[in-house]
Amino acid sequence: MIKEKGWNRLLTRLLFTGPTLFAFVTVMIVPFLYGIYLTFTNWDGISTTQSYVGFQNYGEVFRDAVFWKSFGLTLQYVFFSVVLINAVAFALAYVLTKGLKGQSIFRAGFFLPNLVGGIVLGFIWQFIFSNVLVYFGQQAGIPIFSASWLADPDKAFWSLVIVTVWQYAGYMMVIYVAGLMGVPNDILEAASIDGANGWTKLRRMVLPLMVPSFIVCIFLSLQRTFMVYDVNLALTKGGPFKSTEMVSMHVYGKAFLSRDYGVGQAEALVLFVLVAAITLIQVYFSKKLEVEA
Amino acid sequence: MVGSRSSSAAWLKYVVLAVTLFLFIVPFILLLLNSFKANQDITANPLSLPGRLDLANYTNAFDKMNYIAAFTNSLIVTVASVLIIALCAAMTAHYFVRNNTKFNQYTFLLMVASMIIPFQAIMIPLVKVYGSLGMLNSKLSLIYMYLGFGSSLAVFIYHGFVKSVPAELEEAALIDGCTRRQTFFRIVFPVLAPTTATISILNVLWVWNDFLLPSLILTGPAQRTLPLSTYNFYGTYSVDYGPLMAGLVLTILPVIVVYLFAQKYIIRGVMQGSIK
Repeated sequence: MIKEKGWNRLLTRLLFTGPTLFAFVTVMIVPFLYGIYLTFTNWDGISTTQSYVGFQNYGEVFRDAVFWKSFGLTLQYVFFSVVLINAVAFALAYVLTKGLKGQSIFRAGFFLPNLVGGIVLGFIWQFIFSNVLVYFGQQAGIPIFSASWLADPDKAFWSLVIVTVWQYAGYMMVIYVAGLMGVPNDILEAASIDGANGWTKLRRMVLPLMVPSFIVCIFLSLQRTFMVYDVNLALTKGGPFKSTEMVSMHVYGKAFLSRDYGVGQAEALVLFVLVAAITLIQVYFSKKLEVEA
Repeated sequence: MVGSRSSSAAWLKYVVLAVTLFLFIVPFILLLLNSFKANQDITANPLSLPGRLDLANYTNAFDKMNYIAAFTNSLIVTVASVLIIALCAAMTAHYFVRNNTKFNQYTFLLMVASMIIPFQAIMIPLVKVYGSLGMLNSKLSLIYMYLGFGSSLAVFIYHGFVKSVPAELEEAALIDGCTRRQTFFRIVFPVLAPTTATISILNVLWVWNDFLLPSLILTGPAQRTLPLSTYNFYGTYSVDYGPLMAGLVLTILPVIVVYLFAQKYIIRGVMQGSIK
């Protein structure tokens, strides 16, 4: 590369990296660091000053039973959602890479929910669960649908899981499709000639070769489900009786509704550390499963 | 015999797929059907077909949602953010690849690592910092924040592709008397067009539908984007189902229209965005 000199070089640098880095630092890094500082203060959201309170907020986080209940609930929700999202997505992708006629139309259809924001999806399903299914259940005499799922704590939880799976399955399907198209056909044919049936080929060849796609999809679904907010807000608003209040909504409420900013931010950081640990452990261990064709 | 068995298996597969697809999109169909019905018809039987194409719900929702204003706000924020992210990130990624100093390497690593930070860990201090600077309730601030939040992933994806652009191409241009800037805009950026498309598609889906960040930044009614105005509309008129359904259809409509034309590119964009 030909080197520029002096002023010109600095100018190029500023022009090429200046706007991005300035925005990155002021929007991501500064608030992140300032957020760590905030957890050691008792800021109430209104006053211009705040005083240093040491580790008091963190003590509060560990005593906040509602936070940990909400965190446990989120863990359950994340577990079921991630497993189901990836199972449905992989099954769809597997069927839709077999060269069926019209498979691209099917793919496009399954992807549809991803075009729409969580708020709108949540409202649509709120209508489905509390009107359509109730009507259907009463007319067809199916007791499980006769009362709104959103009014029952257990069923409301599963409603949230169902909507989440429905929302993300199509997105992950697209990633699995990309992975499956990269599985070389010749080794599958060679296996067929050697007498391997469809199930053996799937288990022994396709699944091991698909590990990179699984890593990406599980990482993405972990991140998105841990941080669920929009769908949670629009579908159940955390109800009934906070039985579906996921941890992101709890943090929001703590800070912006209870005006307990120090504790809210401390909870947000605890959440960040736990989620980062879980996702990195997942990536680290699944990397070891990778094979080459 | 084998032939007939495999063809009936193929049929079965089609039927199962078609039923699954139907279950996937039936919420949208029900939404559309009910958006034409009066409130009492919806509560009486949400599965019935609308008697006629009554657009009263739509005109009602259109007014109460301030649809034109919200749509314009969403459009401005999305278009500006997506263009700025693409341009700035491409330049930065290019600079990082061609000036591979220690400082640039660490900066790049910091950006990649920052992608693990969820928005929820930043939102509280973000609101405090920008609130005290008096920068809330402005679309410009929001666009600026999208650049900050979106640049990491975009720089990361561009970084991978810039490496595949031969440096000789640029050196030839520099020898011919082009400046760094001219080389970037006339040679590198056009070569990166497919990557720009991928990144822009991912960003459009994100920014257009985002709720939490704009709900914290855009505090006044006049600045509301479509998701905010939908949420607000739903909260205010939660008993009258007809206009609500119409409002949701109006919110979805723009993306569906774009999807009909750009479906192939959107799916491909998601695929390529994930491979990196």
